[in-house]
Amino acid sequence: MNKTTPSKTHSDYLLSLRRQTIKVRISQLLIFVLFFSLWQYSSDQKWIDPLLFSSPKKIVALLIHKIADGSIFLHIGMTLTETVIGFLLGTLFGTLLAALIWWFPFLSRVLDPYLVILNAMPKVAIGPILIVALGPNLTSIVAMGILISVIITTIVIYTSFRNVEPNYVKVIRSFGGSKYQCFKEVILPACFPAIISALKVNVGLSWVGVIVGEFLVSKQGLGYLIIYGFQVFNFTLVLMSLLIIALLATLMYQLVEALEKKLIKNRTL
Amino acid sequence: MAFLQLKSVGQTYFSKQTATTALEDITLSVSEGEFVSFLGPSGCGKSTLLSIISGLIQPTNGSVSLKNQSITKPHPKIGYMLQQDYLFPWKTIKDNILVGLKLQGCLNDERTAYTLSLMSEIGLYDTLDKYPNELSGGMRQRVALVRTLATNPQILLLDEPFSALDYQTKLKLEDLVSNTLREHGKTAILVTHDIGEAIAMSDRIVLFSTKPGRIFRTFPVTSHLRKRLPFEARQHPDYSVMFQQIWEELEQIEQNDTE
Repeated sequence: MNKTTPSKTHSDYLLSLRRQTIKVRISQLLIFVLFFSLWQYSSDQKWIDPLLFSSPKKIVALLIHKIADGSIFLHIGMTLTETVIGFLLGTLFGTLLAALIWWFPFLSRVLDPYLVILNAMPKVAIGPILIVALGPNLTSIVAMGILISVIITTIVIYTSFRNVEPNYVKVIRSFGGSKYQCFKEVILPACFPAIISALKVNVGLSWVGVIVGEFLVSKQGLGYLIIYGFQVFNFTLVLMSLLIIALLATLMYQLVEALEKKLIKNRTL
Repeated sequence: MAFLQLKSVGQTYFSKQTATTALEDITLSVSEGEFVSFLGPSGCGKSTLLSIISGLIQPTNGSVSLKNQSITKPHPKIGYMLQQDYLFPWKTIKDNILVGLKLQGCLNDERTAYTLSLMSEIGLYDTLDKYPNELSGGMRQRVALVRTLATNPQILLLDEPFSALDYQTKLKLEDLVSNTLREHGKTAILVTHDIGEAIAMSDRIVLFSTKPGRIFRTFPVTSHLRKRLPFEARQHPDYSVMFQQIWEELEQIEQNDTE
């Protein structure tokens, strides 16, 4: 009897956990269904302007049409390529810049005010200059995606470099390790979690950069579809592109999270 | 010829407002195989002195030499063990203990085998594939000892290596460290503020006074205590006598401080 009681309470506990999860999932699904049916219904009833706000049915119909003629994949592929390149390079350059500043403390003191200014400045405002300088093509859009994320990445990662427990570095130095070895063996691996969280933030930022870039100049991509839809007053197209972006951004975020779990599974400190 | 020789070592720290003398005129020699403890109240610069001996910091005055070779940067024959284990949480235990060999570019089969044999010696061979967070504090500090010994240093600098552990683990680890160092014929310097630990483990105790840190007195430990393991030494009558003696000296240092 004494033996069965704990396992029974434990199974009760597990059951209550599972119930809680089911409740959360049902609520989430309910919000989803409610939102789209309300949208559909109010559009049908003309409570909202169907021209402006379209309706889920129209969006799905358009999406099926675009999938059937294959054109949507060109746009998705274009934007996705630009965003992935933008956010990977943004994180990479940010980390490299942070490493450079860490290596030369003098540089960090010199650059400090400039980093603050560059971080505060709205980077999208440089868009037009980029396009003139790099040409109206993929390069300038990717550059936009990088530019928007690189400074904040540098600041966040440099800060985490500096906060690494100095005694870890002392261990390396006591074995006669060089500065490069300190960086490679301690600073960089200790900051993997910070780099991953920068990656997460940059997923969102790069989408902003790339879409704005496509607004300014492009003949292809989801940003282009949005601006084109706006120009011809086809808001079904605008909303469809927006929903696709939301879906893709979420997927990318999930991917980074999966990467995080794989890389950092053993390091609960 | 002394094994380790310190000649009038002094250390001064500068800040915008002040220049603080942490250590003044430390002259000391340690012979091969000797176990010396640096004992003193906090702020007497004993940990700083250890960092100077390890070559991690340069003294403002004086010099340190190991076998007549001047120490100006970390030396492969000097091992350093910190207050806490500071095992790298992202490396397995095996990678952690081999890190020194890797850094010194002498990671080969022979040295790896030697390091792994040390692991079985301290009874942690089966943890090699684990990560540090899966081990208890005492186990981790034992792994840190192996990491320090892996590069086969001739002299070990121990910076309060037991201070972060609970009392029981600490007593056990004292015996283990003492025994391991004796068997491998290592010279050691232990920094501690624990009188009992210093008496139980060392051959000689150097007592430091504060502001600035200076050698106040040196106590040789009796041969009865020296030949015993730390835990047994604590039971010996000589232990309490010596404890009393050092206690009074420390009281005097504190009195001098407040005057």
